Amino acid sequence: MVATPAHLRRSAITLGNDEVLRIRNDFPILQQHVNGKPLIYLDSGATSQNPLSVLEAEQEFYEQRNSAVHRGAHHLAVEATEAFENARETVADFVGAEWDELIWTSNATEGLNLLTYSFLNASLPGAAPEATRFALAPGDELVVTEMEHHANLIPWQELAARTGAVVKFIPIDDAGALDLEAAAGIIGPRTRILAFTHASNVLGTINPVAALVALARSAGALVVLDACQSAPHLPLDLKALDVDFAVFSGHKMLAPTGIGALYGRSELLNAMPPFLTGGSMITTVTMERAGFLPSPQRFEAGTQRISQAVALAAAVNYLSETGMDRIHAWEAELGQRLVQGLESIPGIRVLGPAAGQERIGLAAFDVAGVHAHDVGQFLDSRGIAVRVGHHCAQPLHRRLGLTATTRASTYLYNTTDDVDAFLNAAADVRAYFQA
Amino acid sequence: MSLDQLYQQIILEHAKARHGSGLAAAAAPEDASSGQSHQLNPTCGDEITVRVSVAGGKVSELRWDGDGCSISMASASVLTDLAEGMSVGELRTVIDSFREVLRSRGKVPADPEVLGDAAAFEGVSRYAARVKCAMLSWVAAEDALGQALAA
Repeated sequence: MVATPAHLRRSAITLGNDEVLRIRNDFPILQQHVNGKPLIYLDSGATSQNPLSVLEAEQEFYEQRNSAVHRGAHHLAVEATEAFENARETVADFVGAEWDELIWTSNATEGLNLLTYSFLNASLPGAAPEATRFALAPGDELVVTEMEHHANLIPWQELAARTGAVVKFIPIDDAGALDLEAAAGIIGPRTRILAFTHASNVLGTINPVAALVALARSAGALVVLDACQSAPHLPLDLKALDVDFAVFSGHKMLAPTGIGALYGRSELLNAMPPFLTGGSMITTVTMERAGFLPSPQRFEAGTQRISQAVALAAAVNYLSETGMDRIHAWEAELGQRLVQGLESIPGIRVLGPAAGQERIGLAAFDVAGVHAHDVGQFLDSRGIAVRVGHHCAQPLHRRLGLTATTRASTYLYNTTDDVDAFLNAAADVRAYFQA
Repeated sequence: MSLDQLYQQIILEHAKARHGSGLAAAAAPEDASSGQSHQLNPTCGDEITVRVSVAGGKVSELRWDGDGCSISMASASVLTDLAEGMSVGELRTVIDSFREVLRSRGKVPADPEVLGDAAAFEGVSRYAARVKCAMLSWVAAEDALGQALAA
C-alpha cells in the first residue's frame, strides 16, 4: 500500500493525479517501457493489473498455508480453509452479499454457464421437485439486451436451443441507451429470466437496474446481472439492487485470472440443481445416488482455486481502502475527458453516451478510414495499450454499423496525463494512415 | 522495430488502391474455371472473399471483396497484382513462400525475386497478432485455386 494513511485519502471525493501516481507505484507491471515509451495501460476493461499486495497475498498463501480446504484435520488444512472462507466473506461483503450467497467460479463466463446449465438440469426429466421452478419449456422467454457481451448472450442461446425457450432482446437507441419503452413491451408473462449488463463494456453506459428489475418483478421473472464492468469500478450493493443473480470476474478488479464469483439469493441457490458434481459438494453418497450440500459448497465440486480466492480478497481490500466511491468518481472524470477529447478529433466517432452524459471510465470509438487494428498498432508504437476488435459484442457492433472499434478503458492507476497522451496519439492516427 | 518498418509505404498505398477489389460487381470470366473462398478472422471480425479464375493453366483473374485492416487489404491488393498471369504452379510457390516468411517470427527473410511487392510484408512476421491479417486473402486464394482446378 501507499504511504498515505487510508483515512486521509478517503477525505477527498475523488483521487487526483498525485494520489494516482502513488497508487501506480504499487503496480510493478506499470513501471515498464514499451517500444521505448513509458507504458500507458488503457485496457483494464479487458484485464486489470495486480498491485503488490495481491501478488504477495497469493505468494504468502503458497509459502505459509497451502493445503486442500474443507478436509483434513491438520494445521495447514485449517489455515487454508480459514483463508479461503475469510476471502469469501470479504468478497461477499464487498458486493453486499452474505457469505453463503457467493460461489467461486473461474470468471463471470463460468458463472453464467453455471446458471444456464443448472437451469437446463432443472428442465430435464428427473429434476428434484424444488428445482422445477427453474424448469424451462417451449414458449418460455429469456430476455437479454442488444449490448450484451457474448458471455451473457451465448449461454442463454444455448439454454434456449436445448429447452425450446426463446431468446428476446431489448434494443438500444443510437446513443447506446436501452429502449425502456420497448423493454416494457418485451418483458411479459412469458418472460422467465431477464439477463443484462450493469455497465456496457463497449458503450460505457450504466443501465437503469431499478427500472429493469421492476419490469422483471411485475412479470415474475428472475434477474441476472452481469457486473463485470461495475464490480471493479463503482460501489456495488447487490441486495440494494434487488437482483437474483450476479456475476463478476476477479481479473478485471486487480486479482489474478482464474477466479470470479456468482452471487445468488440463497433461497434460489439451495433449490437449484448442481452444475458440476463430485467431491466436496455432497452429504451422503451411495453407489446409486448422492445428496448435495447447500450453497456455496453445492456449486463448488472438486478442489477449488484457493490462492486465487485469497488474492481476490486482497484485491477488494485494496479497492475498499482506496474507496470505491472515490475510484468511481475519478474514473467518471477520466471517462468524460476521454469522450470530450475524442469528440474533438475530426473523423472520430465515439460510441455510446455523448460528453456530459453518464458513463464509466471507458470509451470505444471508430476512426474514419482506419481499421481498429491499425489504430491499436499505432497507439502501441507510442507505448499505449488499448483493446481493438468487436470486444466480444458482435451484435452490438452490427447494430451500430461497425465491425471493429478501438477501446480505451481506465482504472484507478490512470492519470489525466495518460488520457491526454492517448488523445494526442489518437489525433495523429488518420494522418499516419493517410485517411 | 519501428512502426514504419511494419507499415511500409507500399503497404499503405495498396491499402488505399485495393487492386482486384470488386468481386461482387463483376461476373466470373466465362472462358475460365473459377473457384471462390470466404475466410474470416474471428478475433477482429475481418472477412474476405476471393475468386480465382484459371484458363490454360494460368491465373486469368483474381477478384476479392473484403473489409479489414490496412495489412489485410494491402495484402489482398498485392496478391492480385502478383497472381494474375502466373501459372498455377507459380502461384502455389509464391503462396508457400509467403506463408513461410509470415510464420517465421522474423527468422526467414523475404525473397523479393519470388515475392515481388509482397516482400514488403516481411515485417508483419514479427507481429504475431497481425500475421493472420496478412495471410487472410492468401489462404482464401489457395482454397479458391484448389476449387477452380477441381471444378
